Amino acid sequence: MATRKKRRTVGLSDSLTVKRSQSDSPTVRLSDHRVIGRALRKIDATAKVTGATIFADDLFFPRMLYAKLLRSPHPHAKILRVDVAKAARLAGVRAVLTGKDLPIPFGILPVSQDEHALAPDKVRFVGDPVAAVAATSEDVATAALDLITVEYEPLRPVPDAEDAVAHPEPRIHDYGDGGNLHKLIHLEFGDVETGFAAADLVREDLFFYEGSTHLPMEQHAAVAQWSADRKLTVWSSTQTPHYVHRALAKVLELPPARIRVIATPNGGGFGGKSDPFSHEIVVAKLAMVTGRPVKITLTREEVFYCHRGRHPTLMWIKTGVTKDGAITAMHFKSLLDGGGYGSYGVASTYYTGALQTVTYPVARYKFQGARAFTNKPPCGPKRGHGTPQPRYALEVHLDKLAEQLGADPAELRLKHLVPPNSLTANYLRVGSMGLGACLEKVVAGSEWKRKFRKLPPGKGVGLACSSYICGAGLPIYWNNMPHSGVQLKCDRGGGVTVFCGSTEIGQGSDSILAYIVAEVLGLDPFEIAVVTADTDLTPVDLGSYSSRVTLMTGNAAIQAAERAKEILAGHAARKLEIPATRVVFAGGRVFDAEDPKHGMAFAEAVQVAEAAQGTIGTVGSYTPPRSAAKYRGGGVGPSPAYSYSAAVAEVDVDPDTGIVTVPRIWIAHDIGQSINAAAVMGQVEGSVYMGLGEALMEEMAYRGNRNVVHKIPSLLEYKSPTTLEMCDVVTYLVEDPDPSGPFGAKEVGQGPLLPVPPAIANAVYDAVGVRVDEVPITPEKVLKALKKKTKGEEGRVGPTRFPDIPWPEPIRVPPPWEGGDGGAVPVAAAALERQH
Amino acid sequence: MLRLPRFTYLQPTSLAEALRMKADAGPDGSYVAGGTDLYPNMKRRHQTPTTVISLMQVKDLTGWGMRDGRCVMGPCVTLTELSDSPTVRQSYAAVATAAELVSTPLLRNMGTLGGNLCLDTRCNYYNQSYEWRKAIDFCMKKDGAICWVAPSSPRCWAVSSSDVAPVMVAIGAEYQLVGPEGERLVPAARCYHNDGINYLTKQPDEILAAVRLPAPDGWDAVYHKLRRRGSFDFPVLGVAAWVRWERGSRNAERGTIVDARIVLGGVASCPQEVPEAGAVLKGTALDDEAIAAAAEAAYRPSKPLDNTDFELSWRKQMTRVYATRALQELRSRRSRRRE
Amino acid sequence: MPDPKATISFELNGEPATLAFAPHKTLLEVLREDAGLTGTKHGCELGECGTCTVLLDGTPVLSCLLLGLACAGHRVTTVEGMAAGGRLHPLQDAFAELGAAQCGYCTPAFLLAAQALLAVEPRPSRAAIKQALAGNLCRCTGYLKIYEAVELAAARLRGEDATPARETLYGHA
Repeated sequence: MATRKKRRTVGLSDSLTVKRSQSDSPTVRLSDHRVIGRALRKIDATAKVTGATIFADDLFFPRMLYAKLLRSPHPHAKILRVDVAKAARLAGVRAVLTGKDLPIPFGILPVSQDEHALAPDKVRFVGDPVAAVAATSEDVATAALDLITVEYEPLRPVPDAEDAVAHPEPRIHDYGDGGNLHKLIHLEFGDVETGFAAADLVREDLFFYEGSTHLPMEQHAAVAQWSADRKLTVWSSTQTPHYVHRALAKVLELPPARIRVIATPNGGGFGGKSDPFSHEIVVAKLAMVTGRPVKITLTREEVFYCHRGRHPTLMWIKTGVTKDGAITAMHFKSLLDGGGYGSYGVASTYYTGALQTVTYPVARYKFQGARAFTNKPPCGPKRGHGTPQPRYALEVHLDKLAEQLGADPAELRLKHLVPPNSLTANYLRVGSMGLGACLEKVVAGSEWKRKFRKLPPGKGVGLACSSYICGAGLPIYWNNMPHSGVQLKCDRGGGVTVFCGSTEIGQGSDSILAYIVAEVLGLDPFEIAVVTADTDLTPVDLGSYSSRVTLMTGNAAIQAAERAKEILAGHAARKLEIPATRVVFAGGRVFDAEDPKHGMAFAEAVQVAEAAQGTIGTVGSYTPPRSAAKYRGGGVGPSPAYSYSAAVAEVDVDPDTGIVTVPRIWIAHDIGQSINAAAVMGQVEGSVYMGLGEALMEEMAYRGNRNVVHKIPSLLEYKSPTTLEMCDVVTYLVEDPDPSGPFGAKEVGQGPLLPVPPAIANAVYDAVGVRVDEVPITPEKVLKALKKKTKGEEGRVGPTRFPDIPWPEPIRVPPPWEGGDGGAVPVAAAALERQH
Repeated sequence: MLRLPRFTYLQPTSLAEALRMKADAGPDGSYVAGGTDLYPNMKRRHQTPTTVISLMQVKDLTGWGMRDGRCVMGPCVTLTELSDSPTVRQSYAAVATAAELVSTPLLRNMGTLGGNLCLDTRCNYYNQSYEWRKAIDFCMKKDGAICWVAPSSPRCWAVSSSDVAPVMVAIGAEYQLVGPEGERLVPAARCYHNDGINYLTKQPDEILAAVRLPAPDGWDAVYHKLRRRGSFDFPVLGVAAWVRWERGSRNAERGTIVDARIVLGGVASCPQEVPEAGAVLKGTALDDEAIAAAAEAAYRPSKPLDNTDFELSWRKQMTRVYATRALQELRSRRSRRRE
Repeated sequence: MPDPKATISFELNGEPATLAFAPHKTLLEVLREDAGLTGTKHGCELGECGTCTVLLDGTPVLSCLLLGLACAGHRVTTVEGMAAGGRLHPLQDAFAELGAAQCGYCTPAFLLAAQALLAVEPRPSRAAIKQALAGNLCRCTGYLKIYEAVELAAARLRGEDATPARETLYGHA
């Protein structure tokens, strides 16, 4: 007992402080920015408001063919026979493909190479592609699909995760962690039982977070061209051209050097265009077979089948707290409904257990996560990837704990914030940490103290916080190369071109490159040329996912620009006959800091340098710092920096109908440093929008009793909030520069979604005193909870049990304050320790 | 891109020409007005007419005017024109409200009164693509044998999803139908069948030529719509409530109701009048008790099925709430008018 | 077998146009595939998202549910017709200035729906803007920057020297 106490008294904030060497941070000045931080137009704004931006489906080529995919009408079946003879004979049909033509499997993660462009022997959800047609028109291609006959032998379908746990057979895949369980994770950071024993209050809760989809307004589309010199070009609405490049090379058995992938600007992505997809590989193969350009544009229904959206997740959480709210231990279990394929699912599963520790100190932490295969479209990464579900659970759970402790939930959180520059129990290295400032902003702005538990019946406020990664610390496939590369070319006319593999999905990644280079070189950002997302022209950037782009491409761009600046400054200094340290780049000029008139135009500086040493070009790249987590599974969660958000939601609940409306949300986001404040605002508001939709109405619904068809694969019946549902948003940007970010910048694309669902759930409780421990919080559920409360039962709707899952032995990792080094305790030692 | 199947498009300028074209086309011909119902259905292969006859150029079918104190509306009036019209807003507020609650501003700029009144019944086993429907082996309404909403039922349970039709039934409008056999005038209520497939009594070759509204002489009506979002969505419940106040009632606050009708949309294959609900209102002043009794009466026969958004038990419960709110609005409109 | 084509004449972005296309094509398809105007986008082709909005005689309509043939003799405006003489329309300018276009896919539709609103209501309330744009879905912005851009453009169209509020661009203090 004494030793336990002693362990606990090692102050988290003292012992966890990590020394950060100054050399970690890029060499930038944090003041006097001319471009950085200002609200500027995006460099592609004019193209977008004039309709000039060319999206994938806007591409038309002479002699272009149109492709369509035949999809499975069965959720789970063996393919016995495919007959395409009639379709192939239809006038206008130029090629028909089946699974035999593309036998090599692929998948985004090396551990889940479980997809085929066209199912060769088995289908795993209604909508799984089985055959493909290329024809002279979309009409003919569609007609040809009807002429293909497929003989199936139906297998028992698995409609949801709990069914997958209960029914290991028939297996959907022949790999995984047994039966229909794709992945099982068991991590233990310190002995939680000891922590619970030391707590004054221990509470358990169950939550369910329904699946939802990205619903980009642009349907996925791809065009492929095969030239007579055996070179393939694929244009696609993808967030990850580099991974598509790799998948094409693998499946088509072509040298990567013969493949060029161009990511067209994405008409919305949100994570839904981050996997290599069947349709991309199919058009490429069709182009190779026919020798003609081939385009495919998915219908809205097919976009629902691509999915890769939010995993429906059942969660169980147990937390021990002291009287003043310090968390002594937390045990978290999640069960994810993965759908028919792996996708990013293994990472998603880890993410449901990764970020619980970065907001409030958790002294001991245990996580058990499971992902099940089910016969539905595959789930994957949607904005917040695997973390909105546990964040919702944690923040509602905390609200309940605060009430039991008699504490104000805002004060409780403020009292227990993870200190900056610290290591968490699971070895995540927190840098700058602006959550306290965020909390203070929304508490003051919303008049929280005046409203919480004091509004008239039917009105309520709720609060929640969150955090998100600024880029995954590890790449998708193991390699030790940079995550992001930038090349920079200085033209003798004074023009600068930035080349980067990053992909514009509306978040502004192209603009970021221009702003940063302009800032460093003292130029007008609108005069910087930006070339992105083209595997022939641009160095690799891993893609627009995990909120990595601003931080990683930004740092790479700074490096390239600083190197160019150094070259130009050296030659300019010689010409100006001043020391290079006195050379300043500003306003399109290069001049003496002590005598600004003594200088030259930027173009002249390039000319001087080019005359002296030849063409001026530089490169920059970025690799995230090494993770402190050395245990298996420690690859998910570490990030160069963490963004923080806090939100207060105000709701009106109609007690007669259970309908919840949200008039306003106050949200503060710790951005580190805005690169473009207006773009940051847009990401915050857009995140709130998506969080609002998930909280109240969005739902991937299936008919388990009717062949597990998607119940509502349409923009009409999948309920995306309109202008009339969107709430007012009061946004606060907290700028607490992080040394890891470019100019101190952190992410904003995903993090601000996270606090929205739990803040709304907590507000509903404040308004009418019932708990809907299940997202979306629909009127049916609210009314049901209200009726239960009226009857004297517990005013709650939500899951009631977590199934028994055959968890593996835990990987035991002592937290830093228990002498851990980030690695797992060897199994034998762990077993020995447990005997004591 | 979802595309329309091939068809011949005709644009007659007179009713007679339209009827002739339909006769020539036979059962493979279809009339169209705004197209916002037919074209999505054609894209999903619910209907595949080979001849589509647009009524939008037929002068007689547009516009509206007062005849004998009654308003007569052309079916090709767009829903926007209807809801924006000061005359309609003034004298037929419930019609304007219902029209304004249909789908979106964009769709209302195209969709017509006639189209909404003849709207195909809807069901989320039916309003799906051909490929989707293949995965459930189709349904009775199109290409299949079973109604998946009620598999043992001999009939199709697709839902009447019109917003304007319940109002027309409630206020006692009449539809003028013109066909090869001539003209007939039918009360709105008799234009609908409670059958998801044969939901209209109008013959396929008949044209809805005019909608005749009763003179605005001492009755009042309101329409309340339940749906998930404030736009786009079809009603999962519509409540049209109509009352006739006693003529010349002296009591400013407490007029008396001499007749009432409550008609529900979104709960059956046709607009469903609940006579019991209307009956309990007669002779009352729309006091809370009367409203509660009428709402209860409306609630009892309301029988939503699992073929729209929301859980059906909740939708049934909402009948009571929405009927109550509709009647409360009628009462407050009365008070306001008396002030 | 190629479809026999029908020919119509109409006014397209202020200029007379004559186009030949298969008679069952929608205006959306005609614009994108036969007129080369790919600024008009599509998200469902069923009238369920508003992404394909164009103006027909100044009124915003769903081009995915409008037959090309039905446009003979009418006036059609697409996003390509908004800017004049190399200058952005004030709505386009305001959308660009505030970041009301993120991915930009729904933007042409919002611009045209907003243009139609401002044509009849030069000083729209926030509620009126929400109502007028309630038929257009956007997944990126949460609509807020779009409202603010419409308000900014409306003020400028009224001749006011309007600038965006600081909170719009930088958040609240």
